[in-house]
Amino acid sequence: MIGVDVVPPGGDIGGMSFVRADIRNPVIAKVIAKEDVDTVVHLSIISTPLVGGGRSMMKELNVIGTMQLLAACQKSATVKSLVVKSTAHVYGASSRDPAMFTETSETRRAGGGYAKDVAEIEGYVRGFARRRPDVCVTTLRCANVIGPKVTSPMTSYLRLPLIPRRLGYDPRLQFLHEHDLYGALGHVLRSEVAGTFNLAGDGVMPLSQVVRRLQRPMLPVPSFGLGLLKSAHVAQVSPELRALLTFGRGIDTTRTREVLGFEPTYSTAAALDDFAQDLVPTGGRVDRALATLEAQLPSVRAQHALQESLDG
Amino acid sequence: MGDAEIIPIGTRGRPGRGTGQAPSAAARALAKPKARPAPAPDPVEESPAEAGSETAPVIEPAEAAPAAAAAPAYTQDRGPLKHIPLAEWQAALDIAAREIFGEEWEPQLARFLAFLRRRVTGDYVVDEYGFDAELTQRFLVSLLRPVAQKWFRIEVRGLENVPAEGGALVVSNHSGTLPMDGLMTMVMLNDLAGRSLRPLGADLVFRLPIVGSLARKGGATLACSEDAERMLRGGELVGVWPEGFKGIGKPYSERYKLQRFGRGGFVSSALRTGVPIVPLSVVGAEEIYPLVGNIPALAKAMGVPYLPITPFFPLLGPLGAIPLPSKWLMEFGEPIRTDEYDASAAEDPMLVFNVTDQVRETIQQTLYSLLMQRQSVFR
Repeated sequence: MIGVDVVPPGGDIGGMSFVRADIRNPVIAKVIAKEDVDTVVHLSIISTPLVGGGRSMMKELNVIGTMQLLAACQKSATVKSLVVKSTAHVYGASSRDPAMFTETSETRRAGGGYAKDVAEIEGYVRGFARRRPDVCVTTLRCANVIGPKVTSPMTSYLRLPLIPRRLGYDPRLQFLHEHDLYGALGHVLRSEVAGTFNLAGDGVMPLSQVVRRLQRPMLPVPSFGLGLLKSAHVAQVSPELRALLTFGRGIDTTRTREVLGFEPTYSTAAALDDFAQDLVPTGGRVDRALATLEAQLPSVRAQHALQESLDG
Repeated sequence: MGDAEIIPIGTRGRPGRGTGQAPSAAARALAKPKARPAPAPDPVEESPAEAGSETAPVIEPAEAAPAAAAAPAYTQDRGPLKHIPLAEWQAALDIAAREIFGEEWEPQLARFLAFLRRRVTGDYVVDEYGFDAELTQRFLVSLLRPVAQKWFRIEVRGLENVPAEGGALVVSNHSGTLPMDGLMTMVMLNDLAGRSLRPLGADLVFRLPIVGSLARKGGATLACSEDAERMLRGGELVGVWPEGFKGIGKPYSERYKLQRFGRGGFVSSALRTGVPIVPLSVVGAEEIYPLVGNIPALAKAMGVPYLPITPFFPLLGPLGAIPLPSKWLMEFGEPIRTDEYDASAAEDPMLVFNVTDQVRETIQQTLYSLLMQRQSVFR
């Protein structure tokens, strides 16, 4: 098992060996040829512009990197399967969208930027699958991955002490717990089912509900307010995230369950609860006030007393 | 002649009429109160103490409140106090709650508080389309119910044609400048059939702020074949208004003339999912905002399909947005079954057109017969 990245891993990587390489270089082809690689897992479709790199750097890493990797795979005789971690951003987010996207929904609606990159990448992956029908190609379109340790545009947005949301819009969101992402990758490697699959936790949640569960105060702002966050270097609210935070999106995971046979263990709500565990609540004053008021009610007090006497 | 006798004028400062001997009656009257004993305590001061002693047995938690009210105020107390004791607030709240909610106020308030806390902490469930059943039933429908019952006095016929469970497609005529007919159908089906109507809306609805998010919370979703079929397969009661903006924004002179029924997409969806089509005719919605004019240029600039002018609307300002209290009749027609057709039927354009026409004709004929039953627009 070989890990390839431009930066060395920080912690313990177990029995994995590491090669420091940039996938935009043909070096990657040498790695694949030399090590007789049989399975390639492409995880490096990044959604965050690198510090100092900017959008163009990100696009180059994503699109050119994938092209290099696919070229290397195509030349290799040993590669038997390819797994690509894609994203649900490929569907875009607009007022013209169906409530739940299925894998067959068209992805050309994605306006530009990162979503367009991903659409192009998926196009190359499909092209590779056509040219090498002997390789099992699996694409996973993941909803926003969250978890206590995940850093992404979405999690940094949700970690803000005061969460700005677009005035008058309440988008539907879906989350995927990081453990489910790892579980799904492992499942794909074991089962080797080819195709494209949506991956998300069960259920959807409006942003307002998400913020309430995180016990953070909300600030409704006009449409340019979310863009200001970026220029103020508070949070990376990219255009596709802004679209998602305006119109929301849902992806249908029926095919993942029935064809791929993978069932996420965390629902959207459970993933959010796990994410919220390490978060210090900055709001929740209204709830505390209501709780105090509730505790003052004589009947509720009597009930508590009764409960305590029964317990004791 | 000698010196003239000087006759003094007035009393020279002494009481009385100039004799200097005894005070006059008027002077005596002025002096009277001095002679009387000190008066009894002012009755006004006493009343709070009495009121306090009357309410005292009612308020168990706060004995201190009446005692504090009865205590006389001294000069040193006259500055503003630091706070009103909590017990007094509680007692006051208790009385107020009893006044408003009656004797059963405690469990009621506890239930309401629990509901509020659930909303505030986000402890509720929405379905995948964003439908918030709790909010819709406890808030939206309750708000619209008086409008349906008291303002439009809606009469519903043919409720037995609405299936009690399972997927069905309610197809209705559309009118009234604002989609009030959709909201009223939702309320009536919720109250009388116990089913939540899931309306299919144009993408404009979901592009608008506030309206879009409210529509999703109320159970609406985008009118596209994916969502329609998904909902119908999920056993929902789906509502469509195939005339769309052509129907809702037609001038008053064309009232009750059905417009083109789209491209028959709703029929294809029903054929593919095999659910019955229930035609619904609504009479009364045409008159709530009689559309007499339109400003197409401004509407285009604002990105809306029409900008209505009614006899009252820009003229009376916000008052013009109050709908006229027309009398409404709703009739659900006999369901048109689609489960007899096989799966390929949805791909047969001729069949789709025929079924579309059948639905349209049924609604048009029912509209005519309902109009005959109404004495006038308002009764």
